[in-house]
Amino acid sequence: MARTEIKIGGFGGQGVILSGYIIGRAASIYDNKFATMIQAFGPEARGSSTSAQLIVSDEQITYPYITAPNLMVLMSQEAYTKFASELIAGGTLITEEELVTPNNLRKDVHHVSIPATRLAEEIGKKMVLNIVMTGFTTAISNVVNEQAMIDAVKVSVPKGTEDLNLRAFFKGLEYGKKLLEKKHPSR
Amino acid sequence: MHDDSGVLTGAHFIDGDHACSEGAIAAGCRFVAGYPITPSTEIVERIAERFPFVGGVFIQMEDEIASSIAIQGAVWAGKKAMTVTSGPGFSLMMEHIGYAAMTETPCVFVDVQRAGPSTGLPTMPAQGDMMQARWGSHGDYGIIALCPNSPQECFDLTIRAFNLAEQFRVPVMLMMDECVGHMIERVIIPPVHEIQIFQRRSYDGPKKDLLLFHPDSNLVPPMVKAGEGYQIHVTGLTHDERGYPSMTVDTQAKLVTRLVNKLRVNADTIVDYREDSVEGADIVVVTYGITSRTAIPAIEQARKEGMRIGHLRLVTAWPFPEKRIRELASKVKAFVVPELNLGQMVYEVERVAGGKASITHVPHAGGTVHNTKEIYAAIKHSVKG
Repeated sequence: MARTEIKIGGFGGQGVILSGYIIGRAASIYDNKFATMIQAFGPEARGSSTSAQLIVSDEQITYPYITAPNLMVLMSQEAYTKFASELIAGGTLITEEELVTPNNLRKDVHHVSIPATRLAEEIGKKMVLNIVMTGFTTAISNVVNEQAMIDAVKVSVPKGTEDLNLRAFFKGLEYGKKLLEKKHPSR
Repeated sequence: MHDDSGVLTGAHFIDGDHACSEGAIAAGCRFVAGYPITPSTEIVERIAERFPFVGGVFIQMEDEIASSIAIQGAVWAGKKAMTVTSGPGFSLMMEHIGYAAMTETPCVFVDVQRAGPSTGLPTMPAQGDMMQARWGSHGDYGIIALCPNSPQECFDLTIRAFNLAEQFRVPVMLMMDECVGHMIERVIIPPVHEIQIFQRRSYDGPKKDLLLFHPDSNLVPPMVKAGEGYQIHVTGLTHDERGYPSMTVDTQAKLVTRLVNKLRVNADTIVDYREDSVEGADIVVVTYGITSRTAIPAIEQARKEGMRIGHLRLVTAWPFPEKRIRELASKVKAFVVPELNLGQMVYEVERVAGGKASITHVPHAGGTVHNTKEIYAAIKHSVKG
């Protein structure tokens, strides 16, 4: 895809910004693409719903803000309520299964979900749910190649937590691949 | 990755603020004084974190007035120095920008613009300080102002800002904005040997013959630094070539004329702009900073519909590229000038165009960037005339 406009939403402290950062870094440093990330910035972004806007493109990015998001990753109910309507028709909506109840789910978008918090707890740290989500997003969206994502995760997480975060990433990635397999057995 | 000069050669995914910090370090800046303010805070945060490893000194000052003069002390002690702020702090620095101009102290002022006036919208972009950068201090003087439109340029143009400051001994303003400052993109930091640095020109003649403000043929005097044994006097008062106060009409005329002319006569080597399809265009869109990016989808849309649209982007807002705009004014039908203010650089375009081309301004009070449709509508309006 030439240009993907991604919005990642959740509440402050969930690692929303880091998720966006890792995808952008993977795309622009390890996958020969262009990426521009803008983060919701201001006192209103702390604690309540926060978001990262990211554009990934094969071409140089001019306009830096997203105007028609076609991929949305939402990790809180508030983010779902606030942002889901912005997704363009035919876009992909990824939600955290246990944190988001997709009320009035739109019929014109592709929706998939993952119990990322539970999977993160299985690994041993609830806080890596954002990386589980990122792995899942990699499998579902194909916006950035897998190896580039792995490289970006390694260098973007705090020193000493690389293994934990890579496990979280693969957990999400495999969950996503299995889900795709179920939906499209021929793949 | 990390060598002695502190240059982080490699590919990074960082925001414009951090890229500015790295540009300063790569340029050899080793003294920063500042009073952190949104949306420039990340610059001094990174400087504070990085400076201990590269032999630099960062001081968080009591305010912007102190910051803007502390850096000048450091410069006269031989360092390259900068301060970093946003609109409210920039306003406080004006007196010392004049001091830097009068004492020919090479230094860099970074202004990450947010919407004003006053406290305004601290976390949101604007380009409302463009005239202040040029005219904010009293009296006649010249400055240079650069407008990056990406994190990569925040790196590149910070280096150029230091080089120009040293070359012409003027305060140089890096006019960022919140959008560029907080935008994260790939930034390539080249190997050390590929980074061109203009080293300060020093006087090395006999001590008794020193005339501290005697210019070379390019109207710029070489410098000495405190502690080298020269007896020097640096003052904001009108001074003769020795640096001593001389309150005469003649000295004033000679000094202040030179301060202005050293940029005027060297303008061609300083002015930087980028053009796209300007030759043969009916309309030229004149942009700078973040607006140079937000205008592109509108320009592309208009071109698709057959309109002949050129794009001229100011990299240096000051000195303003008078020659080129004057030349184009006699060839094109109109200039379209989008900017995140209610009318600043558009007045320069108007002045230089001198009535030869019509001007359509696309104002914006700030808080976000232009909508593509606004700029497109202005282009279309200008085509119809």
